Formats: sequence, C-alpha cells, structure tokens
Amino acid sequence: MSNLTDITPLRWLMRNPIWGFVVIVFIFFSLMSDHFFDYRNFQNILVQTSTIGLIALGMTLVMINGNIDLSVGATLALAAAFAVDVQSWAMFATWGNWQILPAVSLALLVGIALGAFNGFIVWKTGVDAFIVTLGAMLGIRGLVFVYSGESSFYAMNFAYSDFSALSFGPFPVLAVIFLLCTLIVHLLLSRSVHGRNTYAVGGNREAAVNAGIRVGPHMMVNFMIIGFLAALSGVLLSTQMGAATPNLGRDYELWVITAVVLGGTKLTGGKGDIVGTLGGVLAIGILRNGMNLMQVPAFYVYVILGSILIAVLILDKRFNRTADGGLRL
Amino acid sequence: MTELLEPALRLQGIVKTFPGVRALDGVDFEVMPGEVHALLGENGAGKSTLMKVLAGMYQPNEGQIIIAGQPVRMTTPIEAKAQGVVLIHQELSLVPEMSAAENIYLGELPRKGLGWVDWRTLYKNSNAILERLNCNFRGEATVVNLSIANQQMVEIARALTVDARVVVFDEPTASLTDAEKVVLFDIIKDLKARNVGIVYISHRMDEIFTLSDRITVLRDGSYRGTLTTAETNEDEVTRLMIGRSLDLSRDTAPPKLGATVLDVRDLSCAPLFEGISFSVRAGEVVGFYGLVGAGRTEIAETLFGLRTAERGEILVDGVPVQIGSPQDAISLGISLVPENRKEQGLVLSMNCRDNMTLPQVQKLTSGPFVSSGAENEIFDKYRDKLEIKTPSWRQVVGVLSGGNQQKIVIGKWLSMKPRVLIVDEPTRGIDVGSKAEIHTLLRELAAQGYAVIVISSEMPEVLRVSDRIVAMYSGRIMREFTADEVTEDSLVQAISGIKTADAA
Amino acid sequence: MLLNRLKAGGPAIAKQGILVAFILFMIVFSLMSDRFMTADNIMSVFRQSAIIGVMALGVTIVVIGGNLDLSVGSMLSFATVLVVDLHDKIGPELAIPVMVLATLCLGAINGFLIGILRLNSLIVTLGMLSAIQGLVLIYSGGQNVDIADQRGTWFAFFGRGSVFGIAAPILIFALLAVVFHVIMKTMPFGRKVYAVGGNPTASVFSGIPRSRVVFMTYLISALCVSVAAIILGSRVMGSQNNVGQGYELQVLAAVILGGTSLLGGAGSILKTVLGVLMLAFIQNGLILMGQPYYTQWLVTWAVIIVAVWLDVAAKRGRLFSPIA
Repeated sequence: MSNLTDITPLRWLMRNPIWGFVVIVFIFFSLMSDHFFDYRNFQNILVQTSTIGLIALGMTLVMINGNIDLSVGATLALAAAFAVDVQSWAMFATWGNWQILPAVSLALLVGIALGAFNGFIVWKTGVDAFIVTLGAMLGIRGLVFVYSGESSFYAMNFAYSDFSALSFGPFPVLAVIFLLCTLIVHLLLSRSVHGRNTYAVGGNREAAVNAGIRVGPHMMVNFMIIGFLAALSGVLLSTQMGAATPNLGRDYELWVITAVVLGGTKLTGGKGDIVGTLGGVLAIGILRNGMNLMQVPAFYVYVILGSILIAVLILDKRFNRTADGGLRL
Repeated sequence: MTELLEPALRLQGIVKTFPGVRALDGVDFEVMPGEVHALLGENGAGKSTLMKVLAGMYQPNEGQIIIAGQPVRMTTPIEAKAQGVVLIHQELSLVPEMSAAENIYLGELPRKGLGWVDWRTLYKNSNAILERLNCNFRGEATVVNLSIANQQMVEIARALTVDARVVVFDEPTASLTDAEKVVLFDIIKDLKARNVGIVYISHRMDEIFTLSDRITVLRDGSYRGTLTTAETNEDEVTRLMIGRSLDLSRDTAPPKLGATVLDVRDLSCAPLFEGISFSVRAGEVVGFYGLVGAGRTEIAETLFGLRTAERGEILVDGVPVQIGSPQDAISLGISLVPENRKEQGLVLSMNCRDNMTLPQVQKLTSGPFVSSGAENEIFDKYRDKLEIKTPSWRQVVGVLSGGNQQKIVIGKWLSMKPRVLIVDEPTRGIDVGSKAEIHTLLRELAAQGYAVIVISSEMPEVLRVSDRIVAMYSGRIMREFTADEVTEDSLVQAISGIKTADAA
Repeated sequence: MLLNRLKAGGPAIAKQGILVAFILFMIVFSLMSDRFMTADNIMSVFRQSAIIGVMALGVTIVVIGGNLDLSVGSMLSFATVLVVDLHDKIGPELAIPVMVLATLCLGAINGFLIGILRLNSLIVTLGMLSAIQGLVLIYSGGQNVDIADQRGTWFAFFGRGSVFGIAAPILIFALLAVVFHVIMKTMPFGRKVYAVGGNPTASVFSGIPRSRVVFMTYLISALCVSVAAIILGSRVMGSQNNVGQGYELQVLAAVILGGTSLLGGAGSILKTVLGVLMLAFIQNGLILMGQPYYTQWLVTWAVIIVAVWLDVAAKRGRLFSPIA
C-alpha cells in the first residue's frame, strides 16, 4: 500500500525518535535542576549548540551524499584565525569598524575554498571522502599553525567581540543565525532540486549518474556548503571568545558526527534530514547544559555522551529490523 | 504490415572493444516500430554490452546507430533517452529511500523558479503515468516499501516520461510471480500497440516464444542470425546460441535409493512457511518448485542453521537434531549452495582455492599452520571433477564467469563430503552450456549416494533433475509428485495454490 | 605522457608507487641534512616509530576484518596512565598484567558491540574514544601521574633498554610484526579475518563464526595498545592523562599509507610496517630540516592523498575518476 504523507504524531516520533529523547531529557533536567527551566538558560543552550549545530547542518548534507568530512574542526580554526587577524592588517587600518567586513568575508571564502578543494579531490581522484578529509584534517590544522605560528589572535575591535552579546528582540543574534541557517538548509534539502539529488547520489550513485545527475560537481557543492558553515561557525565562535586560538575546534568533528547520527542520518548515505539533525544537536546541547547545571564533573560528561551514542545505535538496530528479520547473519 | 517502415532503431556493424577483449564484433541489429524483438545469447555473448551501447552507456569503437533514419551519437543515457531509447535494467536502478515520483523523474525533476522542485507537476505527471500502467500505488509511495514487481513498474514508468521509440527489457521476469508477469506482458502489448519497438532480453524460451516477433542470437560477441519466431523452434535457436543441440532428456534409470537421510516434520516459521513435512533419501534428488515467495529458500536457511523455526522437528539419520548455526549444520553433514553466489557464496576478493577451502580451513592444518598442500589437493580434485576453467588457483574468483563461479561454490561444499546437499537456484544467470553440465552433475551426485535437494524457479530444470518434486505455494507444501506422474499443468496448478481433487 | 606510461606499466608501477615515493623522500632528505642517513638517526627513528607501529599492527588486523578502531588513542592514554600509576602502588609485576587485563576488557566491549551486536564500527569506536577519555580523567582525577624511582625499576627496560645494541622498543615492534604477519598469512585465524572482511555474509554462509572473529580482532587491537602503553610508560616514566590523543589518526594514516584498504578483506602487516616507517621518516626528515612540527601535518596530508590516489588509480586502470 502506498504510504501517503499521513503523519500521525506517533508515527512521526517513531521515524524521528531523537525528539522523544530530547523531550525526555528536557523534562528530566527541568525536574533535577532549578536553573534549567529558565528563559536565559534556553538562550544559552541555543547559543552553545550553535557552534556544533551549524556544522551539523552541512554534515547532514555531506553524509546523505554518502560522504563524510573530518576536517571541519580544522577549517573552523583557520577561518577564525583569518577573521580575527585580517582585521588588524595594515591595509585596513583606516577602515574603522568596516575592517570586519573583509576579514569575515575572507574567512568565509577560505571555508568555501577548502570545501571546494576537498570536494574536487574526492571527485577527481575517486579516493574515499573519509581518507581525503582525514588528510585534510591534519593538513588544514598545519595551515592554521603555519599562519598563526602557534600563537593566538586577539580581536582589538570591540564591535567584533561584542557582537555575540547582541540580540534580535528576545533572541541572541547567534541563536537567530543558527535557526535561520537551519531553516535554509532544511528547505534546500527537502524542496530544492539540489537537495533531492543529494538523496539520489547517496542512495544509488549509479542510478544518479545514469539519470544524468552530475555527481562530481554536486558533491563538491555540498563540501563547499559544509566548508562555509564550518567557517561561519568559526567566525561566530571567535566573536564569542574575542580571540582565535590555533587548537580551536579539535574534536569538533566528533560531536558533529554524533549529533548527525543521533538525528537519524545513516553513515551509508541516502537517508536523514535536518529535523533529525536539529534534534540530535539539541539533545547533546541539553545534556551538556543540564549536566553542567547539576555540577556533574566534566569527566563524566564524556562517558555519558559516548554511552548514549552507543545506546542509540543499539535501539536503532532493534527498531529498524529490515523486512527479513530472522535471518541470522 | 506490408508498408516499408523505417526501423525504429538500427545498429550497424557495432564493434566494441575493451582492453584485451573484443566484446562486440560487427553486430547488426534492428527493431521495427511495434515489434517485439528478442535478443538471445549465453552469458558473455555480448547482449549486455550491446544494450549498454544502445543506451548510451558505452561508445562503440566502430559502427553506427541509426534512429528513425538518422545516425546518432549518444554519449550519455540522458541523450539516449532524449532520442527515445530507454533501457529497463535487470538490476533495478532506483533510489530506495525516495518516492516513486522522484525516481520516475530522476535527474529531470520539474522545476519552478531558481532550482526549486515543482512538486505539484511532479506528482501530477507521475501519477498519470502510474495510472496508465494500472499500478495500485501512487507517486508519493517510498520505493523501498514497494514489492519488487511494483518497483519494476516504477522503472518502467521512468521509461514513459518521454515518448519512447525503443524500450529494452533486460531479464524483466526474474523476480516476478506469474500474476505479475501477466501485468508486464499487458504493458508490453500496450507499448506494441503504440508502435514502440521493444527489445526483450531473456533466457526463458517459453516467454520468448510467447511474446516475440523475431529472435536475434549473439554468440561470443558476433551476430549469429535473426529468426522469425513463428517459423522456428527452441532447438534451432539453441543451436544458434551454442553451436550444438542440447540433450535435454532425462536418464530414466530408476534411482538406487538408500536410507532416509533427512526427515522434516511440521517445520514452521510463520509467516514464511508452515507445517512443512518431507523426507529425502540417499540417492535421490528432491526438487522444490514454486514461485518467488513460496518459502523454499527460507526452509533451506532453516535447515542450514541460519534461521530458527518456531516449531517442528528435523531428523538426520532418524535422530532429532538442533541446528542453531551453519557450523551445526555442517557438522551434521548438511551443505547449502546458496541462491546468490556473489553475495552469499563467494568472497570475490579471494582466490579460487581459498574460497573452496574456506569452511574447513580450520581443519586443513599441519601444526598451527594452514597446509597449502592439503588445500591444493582439494582444489585440484574438484577443479578436475567439475571442469572448472581458471588459469590457476591464485586467480581471484571475481573475474570468473558465472558458471565457473558456481562450480567453485559447488566444489566448496562437495569437498565437505556432506550427506545432504541443498542447492538453491543452481543455474541462475548461467549460460546454457554450463547449465546442462550442472544438471548432469546433480544427477550424478545422487547416483553416488548423496541426498540432494534442488530449489528452482525454472520448470524445465526442476523437471529434468528431480526424482520427486515438492510443489510449494505461499509457505505450504501443496503437493508432492514423483518424476513419472508429474505433468507441467498439474505442477503449475499446484504452485499457484490450486488444490486438485487428487492432491496427495 | 605520464598517463600512457601509467596505462602501460600501470598497476605494477603504481603499486610500487608508494615505495618509489618513499625512496624519493629518503633521497631528498639525506641530501637536505647530513644527519639523516646516519646509523644513529635511523635507529632513533625506528625506536620512535615503535609505539605507533605496535598500535598500527592491531588496527591493521581490525581493518582487514572490515572495521575501524578509532578508540586506540584514548585506550593508549588509559593504559599508560594505569600502568604508570599502578607501578608505584602494586609494583610492576602486578601493574602490567592488571593493565593488560583492563585494556582487554575495553577491547572486549568494542568487540561485543561491533562483532556481536553488529553496530557500526566508526560510530562505536568514536563513542568509545570519548567514553574512555572520560574514564581516564575520572581515574586520574585530572592529575598527571609518574613513577618515583625511574632508574631502579626493571620496568625501564621496555622503553629505554636494549639488547645487543638494538633498542628494546624496536625489538618488540619487530617481534610483534613478525608474529602477526605469520598469523595473518599462514594460520586459519588470519584466513578467516580476510574472509570476514572481504564478504561477511558469504563467510557466515561458509560456516565461519563471524562474530567471534571480529571480536578477536578487537581484542588483538587492545592487546597491541597495552604493549604500546608499556613501551610508552617505560620511556617517559610518567603520563599526562591525554597522552594518546591524536594517536588514532597517526595510526590510521600509517595503515592507509601502507596500502591496506579501509574496506577490508585485503592488505597486510608488512604493508603497515612500511607505512609506519614512511610516516616516521617523513616526520624525522622534516625535523632535521629544521621544520616546525606542524609542517609534518601538511606533508602527511599530501602524501596520504597522493598515495591512496595512486593505489585507487592502479586498481581501476585510470588516473582520474570517470564520474562526470
């Protein structure tokens, strides 16, 4: 029988179980800590998760494509370094606050360029994205150190470092940017030709090729998107910190992949969506925030998060037995 | 039709070479509008290559493609489609997690504005096509949730997004039930009526003689001839294909039966199969015949320890046994040559010998090391016995022909010296010559005292090799026949779920 | 031109391409620094590569079996901290077995989740990477540990001792490499690992106990990490609690450089040894040339991509991917 898009709440929850988890932890922490259920705390959560969240949006695209990008942390760091450092370049000395514009533009451009480079290599050499971006993870971090010479950059411009404190009405500007990007990428993935092709390329690459979809440039575009988002995340992070350190973003790819997988995107490609990723991002954000408020030592957070990831995998296997359950392989 | 019509499609002198291989050697082929033209040949004869040239996936090194009178060059499948040539693949090329509509319009999604999908047009058009094909599902359905037959419908629907001139069907009935085949044939008739030229690639003689107007035969990459279906017969066609006649007779010597080796009583695993009871004696071949989904493979999997039955008993040599894993089955003397040799039967990246010795590699040791002497002994023995053609034991299995690959799998299990040998679809996708060899082999094995179970979806095959035939339908045994009493009609009735008055 | 040469001598040349590149590197480095090609330096490089090398052996076996192990870095931190800390508390005779046992337990968890529950190895070992790091922090309370009497203990042998002039770490690495190579190429277990990595389904259909085989590969990986931890702890006689951070990448890079495919079912221990040495010599050469440590990362980036590209190109017979 055809499955029309009749979305009963229960069926939706079964297809996106992460949101059930989000609700559970939300309730849990609301009960366990007085400081959790607070307006400003929610703002906090949104802002804190926006760093990982922005990148996770791009990672969703890349993973649905059947690829992966391990170099996002390094890209984030390089973009942050550019964003902060370029402001102090001699040629912009007289620009006043307008210094920020070329700096941020260059930073974002760097992200897009690095993404394009990764995508191009994956396309033309045929080497698996895992290996290409593994190398890029090392190499781009090397670029960061070469550029910064092991030292950090500090933002001299107060407009820059105060940016993160701004709000659009009740919403912190960082949260707004994150939610806006979430909406845009969601629309891209679910309603645009490029987005639908993303599923096709990841779901059955050969069929996509035979149908005339230009897989190489397509994948490159998705790498450029994640590069852009990683750079954006780096820029925004540096406005929060007022600085850019060379080791920024280490291990971020871990959290990003965790969030995306928690949200239901499959590593093998062809399946996943932004709604799920948002759930995964929020789940991690709420967990970290809540455990923080409950004063759980940072060490335990790692253990708990690692365990949750594994638990989710086990549950996913249980609930999503393929049609031929029972064959003991 | 006495008017001189232009062929919808003509291939002239097509040559296609790959490094070291001349896959197509000056092939001529044409299809008239409204004609069903069957294309036959053994595996490796070049049918697939020819079709890929046609569909724009390969470029011919020499020769011309002429469509409706104009020579064309098609460098991609999309260009081929624009010319009206559509290929319906044997392995479905669909994206499982997307909707049928998106699959139908893959690569050509209707757009509105700057890169956005025009959903309304998409669903309107795809539903129109699906209705034309009398499908019982709509474009919104997700492909992975559809039955294989319906998925094939989506693939066919994709061909109809343009006004096709030529539609090529590549082994379309491999996974269809008889009822679904009827629907497919109706569609083909419909296309015929619309003057679409149809190329039908299949191994199934009965279908070819029912559907086609003409038959073209390829052998070893060269064109062998074109026959008018109404004026020829199976033997003539076979002779063109393999250069000789096939001896399709059964040896009717009565089997020398030994004791009952395998006894199955009331084996059930709902909803896959229920109340299965049968027995197999040493020296006989029991054939399991039925449609896709009848439950035969699932029974084999249970006997091999890959599946747990809910109830029922299995007895080996009269002793009840528990088979919880393939290792259990092997130690009880049960071997399974699985349905899908590439995914289940062989490790394609390993060489011939290692594949053959895999189940017993733990035992073929001298000290703690694997004994290559013992391994090579086994390989040499079965290579000779089964006439496996490979340059050396070091050859990676992945490059062998289907027939030789299947022989390696069979050799693998024979070397385990089983009591019961279960063979699931032994000659699927194998050329006619090797097919006959394997059938003879199965009869010989029975004569040597093995208890053999053959699962097959091809009636000629099951009639040839079996001493007894178990007909299954929808998970139940409908009837058992002996080789003497079985007729084609009664067999077909049994597997279609029809109980006759004199059912056993 | 290059394209035609590649096509003609194609696969043979390109497969040795990695070796050729390696030799080229060695030549370049020995020209750029006269300390490079000295016995002392080469010995030093061998010695320093031992820790990554030993870990890479275990990971190679996991990879041949068709899986990944990204948790080895955290496991190294865990094991090193444990053995160093316990050394002063219960003596090295007990500390070593206890640490090995504990590390094997972690490996068993990996093996259970991936081999028996059949969860995805990338995600599981990523999660374990995180969880084990937390475990280390909990155990050490965030403190560094060290051994009080650094000279008086026989534990120093593993990292600092030598036999007939050859440093102990080198001997341990070489010994393990030989043992594992023999196991993988000549013993039934090795054959089974190749089969499971090449086609897990067909292995099950052939009666191979797939779950058990995968489980064992993770135990072996954990064992290798314990050995590496002994060498490391013995060398440094102390440990920060994130000492292993980043090692999983280096190990993976070495395996990849050596030419073992991450898809499973192919590759070998010897290839990994080559990869380990290549990585070590590249790093060493750059240091001797006065390059800061982060230049290594850039060079490793380029080398990985070129090496795997050539390998992939050789297999498909074309330099560039045919995708439009």
